[in-house]
Amino acid sequence: MYPEAFSYHAPSTVEEALALLERHGDDAKLLAGGHSLLPAMKLRLSGPTHIIDMKHLRGSLDYIRDEGDDVAIGALTTHRSLERSELLRGKLPVLAETAGCIGDMQVRNLGTLGGSVAHADPAGDLPAAVLALDAVLVAQGSGGTRTIAAGEFFHGFFETALEAGEILIELRIPTLAAGSGSSYQKFFHPASGYAVCGAAAVITPDASGNVASCRVALTGVSEGAYRATAVEEALVGKPFSEELAAAAAEHAADGIEPLEDYFADATYRGHLAKTFVKRALLTAWERSG
Amino acid sequence: MQKIPITVEVNGRKASREVEPRLLLVHFLREALGLTGTKIGCDTSQCGSCTVHLDGMAVKSCTVLAVQANGSQVTTIEGLGNGELHPMQQAFWDNHGLQCGYCTPGMIMTATKLLEENPNPSDEEIRDGLEGNLCRCTGYENIVKAIRAAAETARGGS
Repeated sequence: MYPEAFSYHAPSTVEEALALLERHGDDAKLLAGGHSLLPAMKLRLSGPTHIIDMKHLRGSLDYIRDEGDDVAIGALTTHRSLERSELLRGKLPVLAETAGCIGDMQVRNLGTLGGSVAHADPAGDLPAAVLALDAVLVAQGSGGTRTIAAGEFFHGFFETALEAGEILIELRIPTLAAGSGSSYQKFFHPASGYAVCGAAAVITPDASGNVASCRVALTGVSEGAYRATAVEEALVGKPFSEELAAAAAEHAADGIEPLEDYFADATYRGHLAKTFVKRALLTAWERSG
Repeated sequence: MQKIPITVEVNGRKASREVEPRLLLVHFLREALGLTGTKIGCDTSQCGSCTVHLDGMAVKSCTVLAVQANGSQVTTIEGLGNGELHPMQQAFWDNHGLQCGYCTPGMIMTATKLLEENPNPSDEEIRDGLEGNLCRCTGYENIVKAIRAAAETARGGS
């Protein structure tokens, strides 16, 4: 299988890439790691006539930097780099854990954080972690950069808040409060390895064993990754227990119409959402303190 | 039709060609350079039989454009052993780590990277590391055994 013919561009700077995006509009696609785009092009599900390869931007957009209150991660950082980063394992372990669940070693060697997030596959793993970590996404357009809160970024089926002429260049992730625990729990599709359901949880306890704050996000269940705010509200301010986690997890798909496919119907997916949120909460709590 | 001149260092030798942008790396290796050791299995980024090393990383060459490899170094199964069998190839031979052999080049290219990163893997870590390589004969037992043996050889054991 090979893609439809296209013209190839390999700009050296973000500005050049933006100019190409402006010139070619909807006919152009940005190529980062290519592990979502190229398979779609080979299957002729996507047929851009201009490919803008970001390979020369790796020098400036592939980094994981400790900036005190935030960890700044360049959009072209690979899943493999996230998975193996000592900085992330120490400060934002759920991001490393989530990246390690993606595809396989070969896929993780090329797939990128920015590519995965901007692609917004409803079964992608990283959007759940990005939401649970309350990341801020930095987009660059011809008029400069702007920031978008993770909670406002995912708009459903492969849709995001990015404008046509913008490039996602960085994610800024607030360092977790002291004592926080986090976890990503995933039900792998047995053939594709994508998330049939993935739940990310970050919990911060207070000194007396109550839940001081908590963020829970799901992927694979709906048309886009989402925050399960009803789960969070059922936990905050209460003493954590397995029973409380189970009761809160019952709200995992509140207001959501779960996706259906021939592997998992809506009832089953809704059930998985509750089960995996419960597991994520229990594991995150166990890791807290 | 746009053609792009590329130069890729494959198995230590520079190869320059003019290619269509949509040409996949695996087709460049097999058809432009005649290196047919790298196989095409599923063609959907899952089976790993097209695995090669691109700038030192194991990648699926069916999911990389040849133009993306411009200026890069690629190692294929043909370039692994410098004229002799690489210890991993020898371990697959010794342990009968293959049945039909179709997945073998990809398995070996992944396995060599696996041991570079983790010279003493458990069986579970070997199986995890092979997540992206499928054996349609289901001959995993001896593949794992071969990789364990190669790890022992590399560590100087018996």
